[in-house]
Amino acid sequence: MALLEIEDLHASVDGHEILKGVNLTLNAGEVHSIMGPNGSGKSTLAQVLARRETYAVTQGRVLYDGKDLLGMKPEEAACEGLFLAFQYPVEIPGIGNAYFLRTAMNAIRKYRGEDELDAMDFLPVFRERLKLLEMDDALMNRSVNEGFSGGEKKRNEILQMAMLEPKLAILDETDSGLDIDALRIVAHGVNAMRSRERAFLVITHYQRLLDFIVPDFVHVLVEGKIVRSGGPELALELEEKGYGWTEAQAQPA
Amino acid sequence: MSTSVETIRDLAQQEYKWGFVTKIDEDRVPKGLNEDIVRVISARKGEPEFMLEWRLKALRHWQSLERKEAEPKWANITYGPIDYQDIVYYSAPKQKPALDSLESLDPEILRTYEKLGIPLEEQKRLAGVAVDAVFDSVSVATTFKGKLAEMGVIFCSFSEAVQKHPDLVRKYLGSVVPYTDNFFASLNAAVFTDGSFVYVPKGVRCPMELSTYFRINAAETGQFERTLIVADEGAYVSYLEGCTAPIRDENQLHAAVVELVALDNAQIKYSTVQNWYPGDKEGRGGIYNFVTKRGKCVGVNAKISWTQVETGSAITWKYPSCILQGDNSVGEFYSVALTNNRQQADTGTKMIHIGKNTRSTIVTKGISAGRGQNTYRGQVKIMKSATGARNYTQCDSLLIGEHCGAHTFPYIDVRNSTARMEHEASTSRIGENQLFYLRQRGLKTEEAVSMIVNGFCKTVFRELPMEFAVEAQKLLGVSLEGSVG
Repeated sequence: MALLEIEDLHASVDGHEILKGVNLTLNAGEVHSIMGPNGSGKSTLAQVLARRETYAVTQGRVLYDGKDLLGMKPEEAACEGLFLAFQYPVEIPGIGNAYFLRTAMNAIRKYRGEDELDAMDFLPVFRERLKLLEMDDALMNRSVNEGFSGGEKKRNEILQMAMLEPKLAILDETDSGLDIDALRIVAHGVNAMRSRERAFLVITHYQRLLDFIVPDFVHVLVEGKIVRSGGPELALELEEKGYGWTEAQAQPA
Repeated sequence: MSTSVETIRDLAQQEYKWGFVTKIDEDRVPKGLNEDIVRVISARKGEPEFMLEWRLKALRHWQSLERKEAEPKWANITYGPIDYQDIVYYSAPKQKPALDSLESLDPEILRTYEKLGIPLEEQKRLAGVAVDAVFDSVSVATTFKGKLAEMGVIFCSFSEAVQKHPDLVRKYLGSVVPYTDNFFASLNAAVFTDGSFVYVPKGVRCPMELSTYFRINAAETGQFERTLIVADEGAYVSYLEGCTAPIRDENQLHAAVVELVALDNAQIKYSTVQNWYPGDKEGRGGIYNFVTKRGKCVGVNAKISWTQVETGSAITWKYPSCILQGDNSVGEFYSVALTNNRQQADTGTKMIHIGKNTRSTIVTKGISAGRGQNTYRGQVKIMKSATGARNYTQCDSLLIGEHCGAHTFPYIDVRNSTARMEHEASTSRIGENQLFYLRQRGLKTEEAVSMIVNGFCKTVFRELPMEFAVEAQKLLGVSLEGSVG
């Protein structure tokens, strides 16, 4: 059974249809990349899958781990193991990073009927993951994303992912705003998480990220539809020929 | 956020958890306010002559204010006229409790405090907190008195203090808030029925937190308590105050006065978690919380610190203030005020700098939800004598939803050019993006709101004693239920 099956997904924001019939299947263990020009609907797809309620689904269905994803609230999807690394991570003043993460982990554990983690169980894992992302210990007690640089925010997203250990991780333009060193660290974090039980949907505008996180499949999203799918070589082809090439193909013959 | 609306609506219909009524025989005076009533109150309490005289002077002053229609109307709050002749000014549980034994206390009252999570039996209390329980107009129990007495700390009901320590009462009563201070303070001085009294002698660091738990039970009754805390030279005391009331359709008046006196090198830390019944969603019922609280740093290097978490009451009108008279004295005010549904709050502080090198800090967090209206009103006054005075003010507002309001009225009056003043203010709204972010990490909507609000209030909660901070966080969560949808 596929981990994620998207069928004929249509979605709109404020009455404008952005997704116009997306079909996509991901299996556990796979890394898929979605590429596409600005405004093609990449981030909308990510937000819809994470169940943001300001995005209206008008048609289609999505099965996640055999369950109806579109019937879930954001927190239910999260507790079922779906994680979104935000393109623009949000600041939560006054709430420490470690406290926030432990609260999130415990919310998820509670949903799954598992015992809550106390600070003693939590801290060693947290320290280890901080190291993986080459992040400073001082970050533990700083407020969530407050006063973080763009790169620190993105690294923090991956840190959260590493702690929450999702089944499906969606990375929404995690590479934007990262310098090459930060990009390498983030990619290292993601690669360390790759496993047979976990799938990734990596959304990016540039091919650059895919040099570090090599996907199994690449899909090209143009005007709300996937117009081409292929292996990693497709990303290189896009880099060379530009999106204009696929946009031409998007026109009905 | 349509899918969360239903859960939120269910939560909103949760009742105010402290709204029950205790069935008990009351000894009450007839409604109305006149000299006879004041004489009756004073007589019931067996007060010495000086107290009765003081009360009568206060009454006459209040009556003159009432004739002049001098009830303060400048605050950013609206309410119908209060009929001061339609209030019962004294109500006490009929069986008069012996002040030094819990065994003689009516078991109904004991159960009431148990239900409120305030067990009065000492063995059930946390060892570090002594409690004075005020039920309607009288103090019903004070715990750990013996242990405190060993160190010379006096912690008792005001009534008992009048009997046993008349000299201290006479010396300090009205020394910070005179009976002429304002309309509600005059009213309180005339009819106040009980409250707590604390005296910490020279050089003593009070070994435990002192706390008073106020409960209004009787209908049509006003609660007028008076608290007086004196920290003698070099003394330290931390005092906590909590309050609840039953759910009733009519509004009830609570007009309290708190006076703090800190002598040379003394420190008083005063914390409040105010959770009077706030009224229902349509604004029916609830407590009018019209309170005058003021501290005076009489001596050098004295420090008074107010921390308040105001989540209850239909209307809150209160400005815990500091008069910084001694050189190098310090005043602090940390406040969280939350208004949900139709609650209104006009609250803040006054920092009056008189002595040299006096310092004050004001940090306020106003949270408005539902149709709540939240006003910060603060005055910082630097007198001519206050060379080298400093003030830092930070005043933040958080809005939840579309129908609430936040208002800020800072008054700054500087008469000495060496003063250094800083003022920061911000207004923000809980964003859909913040909620979505937290929900994407697995938190339910109400947990997410609660987390954002607690983060917003952190700098104030940090000032509360540990036990209270936890209570305050929970209370904020409960008070916010139904605010997002």
